[in-house]
Amino acid sequence: MIRFEPREPSSLPRLILIPVAAAIVALALAAIPMLFAGLPVFNAYGLMMTGAFGSVFAFTEMLTRAAPLILTGLAAALAFRAKLWNIGAEGQLYAGALAAVAVGSGMIDAPGIILIPLVVFCGALAGGLMMLGPTLLKTRLGVDEVVTTLLLNFIILLFVQMMLEGPMKDPMGMGWPQSEPMLDEAMLPKLMARMRIHGGLIIAFIAAIGIHLLLKRTVWGFEIRAVGENANAARHAGIPVTATFIRVGLLSGALAGLAGVGEVAGLKGYLTADLSPGFGYSGIVVAMLAGLSPLGVVIAALFIASIFVGADSMSRATGVSNYLADLIVSMALICVLISGLFLRFKVRFVGAKSTEGVSK
Amino acid sequence: MSDILEILLTANFWAAALRIATPLIFGVIGALVCERAGVLNLGIEGIFTAGAMAGWMAVWLGTGLWGGVLVAALAGGFFGLIHAILTVPLGLSQHVSGIGVTLFATSLSYFIYRTALPDVSSPPRIEAFKPLDIPGLSDLPFIGPALFQQTALTFLALAVVAVTAFVLYRTPLGLAIRAVGDNPSAVESQGLSVYALRMGTVVAGSALMALGGAFLTMSAFDAFFFGMVNGRGWICIALTVFASWRPGKALIGALLFGAFDAFQVRLQTEVGSFIPGQVFLMMPYILSIAALILVARKADYPRALLVPYFRGQR
Amino acid sequence: MTKTSPDATVVLKLDGITKRFGALTANGDVSLTLHKGEILALLGENGAGKTTLMNILFGHYVADEGTVEVLTEGETLKELEPGSPHAALEAGIGMVHQHFTLAENLTALENILLGTEPLLALKSRRAQAREKLLDLMDGSGLSVDLDARISTLSVGEKQRVEILKALYRNARVLVLDEPTAVLTPQESDTLFATLKKLAADGLGIIFISHKLDEVIAASHRVAVLRGGRKVADQPTEGCDKRQLAELMVGKSVPESTRDSQIPGAPRLILSDVTTGSGRDALHAVDLELLSGEILGIAGVSGNGQGTLAKVISGLLPPTSGTIALDGEVLTSADARRMIDSGIARIPEDRHKDGIVGPMSVAENLAIETIRKAENQRFGFLRFEAIAQRAKDAIVAYDIRCQGDKAPARLLSGGNIQKIVLARTLDASPSVVLAAQPSRGLDVGATSDVHRRLLEARARGAGVILISEDLDELLRLSDRIAVMHRGNLSQPDKTETLDRATLGLRMAGQSKEQAA
Repeated sequence: MIRFEPREPSSLPRLILIPVAAAIVALALAAIPMLFAGLPVFNAYGLMMTGAFGSVFAFTEMLTRAAPLILTGLAAALAFRAKLWNIGAEGQLYAGALAAVAVGSGMIDAPGIILIPLVVFCGALAGGLMMLGPTLLKTRLGVDEVVTTLLLNFIILLFVQMMLEGPMKDPMGMGWPQSEPMLDEAMLPKLMARMRIHGGLIIAFIAAIGIHLLLKRTVWGFEIRAVGENANAARHAGIPVTATFIRVGLLSGALAGLAGVGEVAGLKGYLTADLSPGFGYSGIVVAMLAGLSPLGVVIAALFIASIFVGADSMSRATGVSNYLADLIVSMALICVLISGLFLRFKVRFVGAKSTEGVSK
Repeated sequence: MSDILEILLTANFWAAALRIATPLIFGVIGALVCERAGVLNLGIEGIFTAGAMAGWMAVWLGTGLWGGVLVAALAGGFFGLIHAILTVPLGLSQHVSGIGVTLFATSLSYFIYRTALPDVSSPPRIEAFKPLDIPGLSDLPFIGPALFQQTALTFLALAVVAVTAFVLYRTPLGLAIRAVGDNPSAVESQGLSVYALRMGTVVAGSALMALGGAFLTMSAFDAFFFGMVNGRGWICIALTVFASWRPGKALIGALLFGAFDAFQVRLQTEVGSFIPGQVFLMMPYILSIAALILVARKADYPRALLVPYFRGQR
Repeated sequence: MTKTSPDATVVLKLDGITKRFGALTANGDVSLTLHKGEILALLGENGAGKTTLMNILFGHYVADEGTVEVLTEGETLKELEPGSPHAALEAGIGMVHQHFTLAENLTALENILLGTEPLLALKSRRAQAREKLLDLMDGSGLSVDLDARISTLSVGEKQRVEILKALYRNARVLVLDEPTAVLTPQESDTLFATLKKLAADGLGIIFISHKLDEVIAASHRVAVLRGGRKVADQPTEGCDKRQLAELMVGKSVPESTRDSQIPGAPRLILSDVTTGSGRDALHAVDLELLSGEILGIAGVSGNGQGTLAKVISGLLPPTSGTIALDGEVLTSADARRMIDSGIARIPEDRHKDGIVGPMSVAENLAIETIRKAENQRFGFLRFEAIAQRAKDAIVAYDIRCQGDKAPARLLSGGNIQKIVLARTLDASPSVVLAAQPSRGLDVGATSDVHRRLLEARARGAGVILISEDLDELLRLSDRIAVMHRGNLSQPDKTETLDRATLGLRMAGQSKEQAA
């Protein structure tokens, strides 16, 4: 039998080591579907490595993919810290993108120095407002925010489709449901010539540092941690629990909205209904791999991005479905969940006599 | 107004409502038994997908329709077991584990489908379930035609409701499931295993959810498409709350939902030129949120829902 | 030894039980025997290892060393499979836990039936069960409405359901963990009368207690645990209360006593406060707390004390009525406002409501004042100041921990309570609300809590002491009011009260009837 004994607070090396081990196990497990698909396993891993790190182009592609993942990862990490289960980053991302396009595609004509901050702000605001409803429903009526945020993902995506086929449709788009292009002044700057890597990555890094400081150093962060770890005790100690949830909800939604801004104003230049290949859901995996630490989110997002980019590249080379990437990512989540036990408990394998598990 | 009444009074309409409700009935009942035992199963969306894919693929490979149903249930049970292990003995967050199972089941189903059928442009079709003709019943006015258009899986769904209600309220097993979702130590102090009860219930509930998915590929359609589950799992989670965790109310909730959906499809053909189609497509999700809000104040959650149990700790 | 036990047949034998949790030895080489028809009291203070021992007996824990043997049908002793409540039940051991193990959404009958029938049976044999239970209730005097939902039953009724659960399974050994903790004195007397009757019919009974009076009154034999070891095992007859107390505690701890003191002006006034729902609702409660007094509130748990504490803590606003502190109206004040107005609140469940377990000792000490200028500047935390004050509090309140950065959850119950005391009492509050402040604490920690409350009183604060422990109330309070079904009686001077009167009033008799 296995016995769990509560562990003293974990040391930093262990905090890092365990998610890394989980990621490696998930990668190793990926050999099973690869074999199923008839791939030469080592060759496939090699192709994935090259695809994500093999050239300057590959590396910048990986960083480009990481930008939205950092932001949706932060959205999940911040919300989960407060035990606010925001599973709606996907929808909030689209809301942010929609707002960015609405403001940035000709509605306002202004120089970039004004327009870019405005686009960024409106995208964040739209994402944040998307989270306001579920948060209020949770705090006022006790409606489970998991279900409402999940359902809102579908609603907002349909809303985006409606806008793209209706009022926001690009008349020059040859009939494709896509928005008018962003003005050049509204586009985030590119970071490297001839590469797709853009200013959204800088926004993501700043956001990660900002959320880190918020949680560690501020009264709001203190209150978020207290509410997340024990909302009853926090309420008893006079911490405004409802206000804290609303703050977290707005901020979490805003972070996901920023991911959408980066994708349209940094990368694509216009909005389509297939803007996100599930960045919102992958953000949850990023957050869990990072142990909900904002700085860890950056590392975890780079890892997940390299899997996506690497698998894409391998898929092109071998013809194997790139759903392999989603499979590896989902296995990484399950592995990191299980490995979390090794952080909280000493796991002992003992004789069949002892069967109790003790936990706090 | 009279148009609306006309829609509501046709047997065709109710046949459609029941057809739309069928996968939801499986899903809500599956989610309901899991939650009655104290485990929220957000793996449902992925389990639907896995059931749809596995059931379809089994039939495509030649197991026959009922063989496909069995395979779907087994696939559901497999992912349910993963969720059960993560949340019951390991006591991990039911929210995150459920999302993880959904991501895993979905991506695995897609990967297997894509790997088995790499180069098809239009999805291959199977010979799906046919509507059942029950002599006697089919001749009844109104009810006859409404039921007449249903396949065996719809009747299975109705049977599942009855059996679940019987098990929950009339048998010792049901008593234990209801108790373990309220206070696990009540169950352990009476010599029963909390872990076995919860894990068994989650596996069984997940198998039911997978049947909802199987209905999509083996009855509603005859092929597997990516994204075909399209939030039905999440809608079931909302309906579970709406149904106050009771099988009878779950049936009513699913039927109401199916009726509304069937109604708006018909309304769409009438007023579709004025209102964009997406508005109608949004309705199921909006309706689910509305249902949650409606019952929010009086929702009587199983007391031990989401709370992990560790032996020797009270 | 057989002198006081009616029968010499041994029904249960614990031999050399040792159980360690990490560095802590909860039970060290404990051996016990129980005879047929015997009532054995297991005496010890909180943390002495009584509950651990009984959890081993019942299979919740597995002992590191030692064996449990039970009398079988064949009248021979047989070793009990460890770690299996199922095996314990099969062997005829019934256990009434301190925290009841009942499913609130089921009826009494359903709770009793749970687990007694094959799980996969298609039918539940309720009629036979009901018949057998009616017989049992007749024979034992334990009456309860079998079809009532547990959530509608009182604490005493729930306890009867728990005992019936054991009897229904034909238990030959019955273990009760602190059975009187939640009962009125009269209910306790009835319980012991029932237990004596059951013992006379041949049941072996172990009851866990730290109350000397009931141990002497009700048991045939007494075993004393201290620090996880058995320090005495003797017939109750001829036992001396003082000697037992010394055996239980080891060293004598000075009991805090109340100096006479003239109370001052009214501070906190609740008038006509109504709120809450169900059993725990408050009905038109009037309360006047004077400066420099301890006002005790007695009552069986679940009669509205929890709601009263919530109202004064600012967690639940009254639906009608008013609250005022020194003339300032606080009727709809939230928790923050209550704290800022000078009301210190010690929550009933210190683990659930008192601390944020994963946060550090320093953070838990600062949590109520985190927005005050001393702890933050422009929204940024002042770490040095917070740490410094934590270090001071750790010294001043003798909080045993591995420094101010240690997570609070690693601390013992007594030290967690000291964190709560330090952060609430340090600001010299004008009112202290202490809900069950010494529940589950050992003698040393309890005396510490009492000393702090008396200090607050001496300083001129008004203290509301909600407790189920009548000894604590009688020793500390200047006046005592009684709560019953959400109604609060007018307080009486403690000198005019005794346990019996309080007990009757806790059971709902009015002052005149009780007198």
